[in-house]
Amino acid sequence: MEIILALGIGMLAGSGVWLILRPRTFQVIVGLSLLSYAVNLFIIAMGRLRTGAAPVLAAREAGDPARFADPLPQALVLTAIVISFATTALFLVVLLASRGLTGTDHVDGREPEP
Amino acid sequence: MTRFADHLMIAPVVLPMFAGAMMLALGGERRRNVNAALNVGTTFALVVIATALLRAADAAPTGVAGVYRLGDWPAPFAIVLVVDRLAAVMLLLTSLLAAAAVVFSLARWHRAGVLFHPLFQFLLMGINGAFLTGDLFNLFVFFEVLLAASYGLALHGSGPGRVTAGLHYIVVNLAASLLLLIGVSLIYGVSGTLNMADLAARIPAMRTEDRALLEAGAGILGVAFLVKAGMWPLCFWLPATYAAAAPPVASIFAILTKVGAYIVLRLHLLLFGDDAGASAQFGGEWILLGGIATIAFGAIGSLASQDMARLAGFSVLVSSGTVLAAIGMEQIGVTGGALFYLVSSTLGLGAFFLLIELVERGREPGADVLAVTREVYGEEDDLEESSEVGIAIPATMAILGLAFIGCALVISGLPPLPGFIAKFALLTAALNPSTGAVSTASWVMLPVLILSGLAALIAMTRAGIRAFWASADRAVPRVRLIEVAPVGALLLLCVIQTIQAGPIMRFMQATAQSLHAPDDYIRGVLGSAAERPKRLKGPT
Repeated sequence: MEIILALGIGMLAGSGVWLILRPRTFQVIVGLSLLSYAVNLFIIAMGRLRTGAAPVLAAREAGDPARFADPLPQALVLTAIVISFATTALFLVVLLASRGLTGTDHVDGREPEP
Repeated sequence: MTRFADHLMIAPVVLPMFAGAMMLALGGERRRNVNAALNVGTTFALVVIATALLRAADAAPTGVAGVYRLGDWPAPFAIVLVVDRLAAVMLLLTSLLAAAAVVFSLARWHRAGVLFHPLFQFLLMGINGAFLTGDLFNLFVFFEVLLAASYGLALHGSGPGRVTAGLHYIVVNLAASLLLLIGVSLIYGVSGTLNMADLAARIPAMRTEDRALLEAGAGILGVAFLVKAGMWPLCFWLPATYAAAAPPVASIFAILTKVGAYIVLRLHLLLFGDDAGASAQFGGEWILLGGIATIAFGAIGSLASQDMARLAGFSVLVSSGTVLAAIGMEQIGVTGGALFYLVSSTLGLGAFFLLIELVERGREPGADVLAVTREVYGEEDDLEESSEVGIAIPATMAILGLAFIGCALVISGLPPLPGFIAKFALLTAALNPSTGAVSTASWVMLPVLILSGLAALIAMTRAGIRAFWASADRAVPRVRLIEVAPVGALLLLCVIQTIQAGPIMRFMQATAQSLHAPDDYIRGVLGSAAERPKRLKGPT
């Protein structure tokens, strides 16, 4: 499972970095989204990979930490997802405003000189 | 402390949040006067609260005025807010700058776009939270709050220039926020804690094989904050964004780079101080080199800028570079001088951003570009002007000119204003180290700092001559009292900083002292040494 997750994070991050270096605003926003997915997976990985372990203690049960998944990275990733979702939506608005005001989807607001 | 005073610590976060939410609930744009009144009231209340916290922090023997445990859970598990001298002085600086910016905006700028007042309050909430928090992930959240508000404010007034600059600003900061998340989660994965004090307590006992991963995490975290502090080569977005932003917004943005520098200062000395074992001074030389490169880049940029707003943007870089380089030197005296410099340069730059708009108001756009082009091609100005000697200077221009001279003195670091005292203190401390010989870094710092002051002086003088000694038939800008008053107030604060230089410098030195010996901070957050968690290793 570790190798699949590592490859997944690597592919998402690689594609994301390539896309945010592109000159079109739409490519940049897709790149930022891919990068944020890679980061979210990375945060989960930092809590160690566990399958079939709950992150919450059951009621009236002695807590043995070894039997549970680390709940903190899951809380962190939830916050990170919400924040990156909100900022991506905000960026989308700016992208559309820029397209409307400058008439081009180039990140500099004008086409490069040929 | 009484019960009420305990809760005063969280007021700098909660008060702007409620004020901003209330403005939206009361109808947002339709009730602009109510919003404006709420904004001014809240901002001035923040000045009072920050002053009270500063007094409390100064009176506390350890420098830590208090630790606010949210939900009253014990410290390493819950999120804590910590008020110490550094946090208190940054809070006060933010609220003073915000008060000036908000009064200035009332004249006309708050009508230039929608929701200026709520966004302004949310920005203050984010900045104050970032100064107060003692938890790394909480720091990320407050950073996102302040950035989200700053995206809105950077676009305030709209127009193609602002939208294009804002687009770059948003992309750079979103990418930096992702780096921040990677750094925070790496540090959590290695150490098993997000509490800054707890982390500082665990680092000395960390195993060697974990240390590399921890330092990688700290390095990535550092890069994220250095993007925000505007360190070269991560700073190319900054001058364009600051030049394009509306003047009151640019003025409050002068503190944003200092938020990045504050975090670097706090975390560098807390996590990688002398007690950190094998990781001591990790990254110090990079901050120093980056800071010096930033000063050089900012100085060259300010000489090359053709309009005042860009000149101010590059001056922000010089100021931020000076603070970073001083942090990288890791000497108590230098840090104290840097804190003094941070306060004076932020106030001066805030005033300068406000002043630019007043001066530029009466001129046709592009006048500066023409002026510089004329210089290059050797064309003389019209000679007819000599016949106009003896015409009284209009009072408005005289006031604006005096304010401009004040800003130039603060930014370039000339006496009698505090920029000079700050640089003098910084260099004196660098050249008289308490132990050992003067380091190479100090010898590099000396010419760089002095030459950057000279570059700022040349650039400011040239801009001033073009703005104030131009042909006399130019229209005198119509300026209202509430637009000049904030500029004057900020410069008056600089003058007060000069007059009270002794006590303020003693306070800054005490702040630097406690930053370099963070035991009190750690003990203040985690409780007494006996209650410290025994488990010093990370999860395996």
